[in-house]
Amino acid sequence: MVKDKGKGGGKGRKEGEGKESEPKVIIGLEVHVQLTNLKTKLFCSCSTDYRGAEPNTHVCPICMGEPGTLPVLNEGAIEDAIMVALALGSNISKRTLFSRKNYFYPDMPKNFQISQYDGAGGIPFATGGSVSIGVGKEVRIRRIQIEEDPGRLVYEGTIDASPFTLVDYNRAGLPLIEIVTEPDIESPKEARMFLQSLRSILEHLGVFDESLQGAMRCDANISIRGGKRVEIKNISSFKDVERALSFEITRQKGLLARGLKVGMETRHWDDLRRITVSLRIKEEEQDYRYFPEPDLVPITISEDLIAKVKARMPILPSERKKIFADKYGIPLQTAEVLVSSKAMADFFEECIKLKADPLTLANWLTGDLKALLNEMEIEIWESKVTPAHMAELLSLMKEGILSGKMAKEVLKEVVATGKMPRKIVEERGLRTIASMESLKEVVERVFSENPEAVRDALRQEKAVHFLIGQVMKATKGSADPLIANEAVRKKLEEIASLSSSSSPSLSLSPSPSPSSSPSRT
Amino acid sequence: MPKERKKGRRESKDSAKEGSSGPRIGREEVKHLAWLARIKLSNKEIDAFAQQLNQILEYFRKIDEVDTEGIEPTYHVLDLTNVFRKDEPRPFPAEDVLRNVPEKRGGYVKAPRMG
Amino acid sequence: MESLLRIPVSELCDAIRRGSIKAEDYMASTLDRIRRLEDKVHAFITLVEEPILMERAREIDRRVKDGRGFVGSLPGIPIAIKDLICTKGLRTTCGSRILEGYIPSYNATVIERLQGQGAIVLGKTNMDEFAMGSSTEFSYFGPTRNPWDLSRVPGGSSGGSAAALAAYEAPLALGSDTGGSVRCPASFCSVVGLKPTYGLVSRFGLIAYANSLEQIGPMARTVEDCALLFSLMVGRDPLDSTSVEPPETVFFQSQRTDDAMDLKGLKVGIPKEFFGEGTQEPVAEAVQRTLEKLESLGAQCQETTIPSIHYALPAYYIIAMSEASSNLARYDGLRYGLRVPDRGYGWNAIFSENRRLGFGPEVKRRIILGTYALSAGYFEKYYLKAQKIRTILRMEFQRAFKHFHILAGPSMPILPFKIGEKVSNPLEMYMCDVHTVPANLTGLPALSLPCGFRNGLPVGIQFMAPAFQEGLIFKVAFALEKALDLREEPSLGFR
Repeated sequence: MVKDKGKGGGKGRKEGEGKESEPKVIIGLEVHVQLTNLKTKLFCSCSTDYRGAEPNTHVCPICMGEPGTLPVLNEGAIEDAIMVALALGSNISKRTLFSRKNYFYPDMPKNFQISQYDGAGGIPFATGGSVSIGVGKEVRIRRIQIEEDPGRLVYEGTIDASPFTLVDYNRAGLPLIEIVTEPDIESPKEARMFLQSLRSILEHLGVFDESLQGAMRCDANISIRGGKRVEIKNISSFKDVERALSFEITRQKGLLARGLKVGMETRHWDDLRRITVSLRIKEEEQDYRYFPEPDLVPITISEDLIAKVKARMPILPSERKKIFADKYGIPLQTAEVLVSSKAMADFFEECIKLKADPLTLANWLTGDLKALLNEMEIEIWESKVTPAHMAELLSLMKEGILSGKMAKEVLKEVVATGKMPRKIVEERGLRTIASMESLKEVVERVFSENPEAVRDALRQEKAVHFLIGQVMKATKGSADPLIANEAVRKKLEEIASLSSSSSPSLSLSPSPSPSSSPSRT
Repeated sequence: MPKERKKGRRESKDSAKEGSSGPRIGREEVKHLAWLARIKLSNKEIDAFAQQLNQILEYFRKIDEVDTEGIEPTYHVLDLTNVFRKDEPRPFPAEDVLRNVPEKRGGYVKAPRMG
Repeated sequence: MESLLRIPVSELCDAIRRGSIKAEDYMASTLDRIRRLEDKVHAFITLVEEPILMERAREIDRRVKDGRGFVGSLPGIPIAIKDLICTKGLRTTCGSRILEGYIPSYNATVIERLQGQGAIVLGKTNMDEFAMGSSTEFSYFGPTRNPWDLSRVPGGSSGGSAAALAAYEAPLALGSDTGGSVRCPASFCSVVGLKPTYGLVSRFGLIAYANSLEQIGPMARTVEDCALLFSLMVGRDPLDSTSVEPPETVFFQSQRTDDAMDLKGLKVGIPKEFFGEGTQEPVAEAVQRTLEKLESLGAQCQETTIPSIHYALPAYYIIAMSEASSNLARYDGLRYGLRVPDRGYGWNAIFSENRRLGFGPEVKRRIILGTYALSAGYFEKYYLKAQKIRTILRMEFQRAFKHFHILAGPSMPILPFKIGEKVSNPLEMYMCDVHTVPANLTGLPALSLPCGFRNGLPVGIQFMAPAFQEGLIFKVAFALEKALDLREEPSLGFR
């Protein structure tokens, strides 16, 4: 839980600092991540592979809370937790133990959750650490703890209107790591950036698979101008984090503007209606009565174990970013964007294997492709584009068949349909049009590289042929010679009309002979 | 789930009255505890409990006499640590567990409404 | 046929294995006895159906006759199981209404182990609801009566198991001991009961009351039978994170020869706190006599002190009630047990109503108190403080065991009281546990041995030893049992 630090929390900022018109926003996040790499639940041997299964099929007496059952800890959870703590730079407790968090709720098989706490005899797994969210900002981590997931509730309609509640315990007992931040986040955008960075780290560690629905959820705590803190629960996507927080800021500002007070409460994010709804639970009445879990013994983490785990830790985004920059000569900023998603970074490396040019590739991935995915609100692995597609697209550009502008069009279709770029070019007859477009670029290049020849070409036919030849050379002969001819002459026309002098001997009609060889040198 | 309570002595209406060696539990306190424990109590029961609980608590407060300065608590009486289980799935016949569920609906456990 | 029931279990097992006694006959005698006495004693909540019991017994006999198939160390021996130990397919109630209709989907590990040795689960015995009580009067199914005096309590919370043994309705029984729930009824019913060192017997399948304090305990009419049962119950269980592998010292091998009863060199400490104000005169006197007997066998008895013993009782109740308030939270009617119809009410109201109807007053009291002790602002004052007192007690016992091999005193400060005498006064009832709770708080082994009768009522002597020294306790108890040679049998109106 993010403790209420009182007015003006965070890094010692004073209340009222900053523009008077903008109330200061303080956000803390509690992120719950399922350790999807583990095959069994945290305290019993039920399989964690429950997605898509019928309700209550991945259950046993232990995770159903049947009387007399006892928990036994999954050793994989400790190793995963060590990796996460190392990756976030947190201090791993030498000795840690589990605590009971007691509260009643229909999704709780025992009406207590086996979790961890930093009071009442409890010792969380790790404390401290931070996550860099780019823009030169670090969000500090308060603590990392291991706990079990509750079951899943299903309603007929909305939560408040449903005449009954349906409970599926398949998820109950799944291993979770909870990462609690300090209230260092200052905007919905920063919240999203934090989650993205965190997600990338966790993905790179291999402890969590972002493609699994609901594998990362978060609760947010937000207060404005040091006022009462509101907790928002049930946020399960990154877009929703931004939306929920934005909505809540607007709502709270509205209250304040009308001279009303913001009450301390818990609200539920309704992703269908895109609003937060009050759960009408009175804050003062909840009391978790934490105490150390008697059925589980303490865990000691040795330096040895930490070293072992560290030795086999996968590469982290921050390290990978440097490698991309050094090895492929990509600017750090671009590399940063690449590694902000493991899927994107992996995609990049696969394309490199297919001989794509690293810099061009990086720009296309972090620029156009990313923009497209954002527009379509999908992740890279939800789209139909594969490294093969991308490599081919870049190839077509290099060959001069596609101009940059045209390639963007083709990419749109690739992402949507999964067709190979060459096929799209054929089907839409883009070759000719595309050729004209892309030839323009080549022509510009050739002209700028051969200023003397251009000057000569304005007076002599021989130089014109030279320029045409250069264009053909630049496109490795794949350009249509007639079009190359036309393009060069058109360009010369432009230049001529711009300059004050004009040569009477300039002929602007294309060379009539159809048999003129394209490879005229 | 809502926040934990702030630490420190609770000050509800009735419990502020000090008994001979500590705060007494009043009706409101009993009601609040009954809510936390989700046990509905009748008015008669609330009164009876308040009386009995105070008597028992009085006796419990005997432990205040002991000097426990510098003593570590014994949460676990065995000096055992690091007991684990291998991450290997072992399915259990779910029908056996579900047989005890009083109300079901389409494979789900049916619970009363949330509101 | 009745004489069959008097045969000690170890002898019985040999006989059944040889084929000189049929398991079927023994089962028939047992059921016959139960039929005649159950109305008076009410030791059982549930009895396994006769045809099933007889068939299981016959199966053992078949294997013995054929000389094929595993028969085990307890072949065909009926065992009475306290009704908070999960038995697959057999209704388990914890003496409560809240588990109405509950049939466990699994067996407790001890049940698996014992069945694996050929034992036959006879039925589930009566108990104080969720083990909260010292008299078995707080059962939803009505009280059990003491076979020695049907107007008195058998002790609790494992009263049903103790009464079944005393009435010869079963040769062996399982109880559970959180604050004395095996030793109290053992003392009141003149049978042998052990609370093992914490961790020796798997708690998987033991429906929890106070997890850091309780153990399943073997109960029998003789020390040897108790030790035999115990030896088959111990062993690390991967399903219980708090279970340990038993060292050799927990086992007892009885010597059949009489001269091995020498206890020379045994140093017995008698904590003076066990003979304080609350201990009734007849009880103190009976135990003193017994200690003299012990000395005649070569032991040296000497007074000692456990200064913080008076704080053990409040510390115990705080810890037990706190853990209980959490352990019993799961009984909300969703997954098993009593469920009132929703009728449009929300989940909070339905949970509260299920628990209002399902729990008895003592359980409600303890849950409320436990909730209070753990609530914000009180954790340090109650739960934490009690756990620190626990540490102090451990240290004091450790100190005592530097000078003594075992400690002894009365198991209960009082003789079995009349049914109804203490139900209205919770605190008075709690005081009964003053001698037994220290063993639970410290995790040390403790056994109650019948040591005589006063006013026709049983008195028990309690032995405590360092952790994992059950073997020593059994040795001393065995020697003393032989020397005391108690012959009484409960009248129950007839023989």
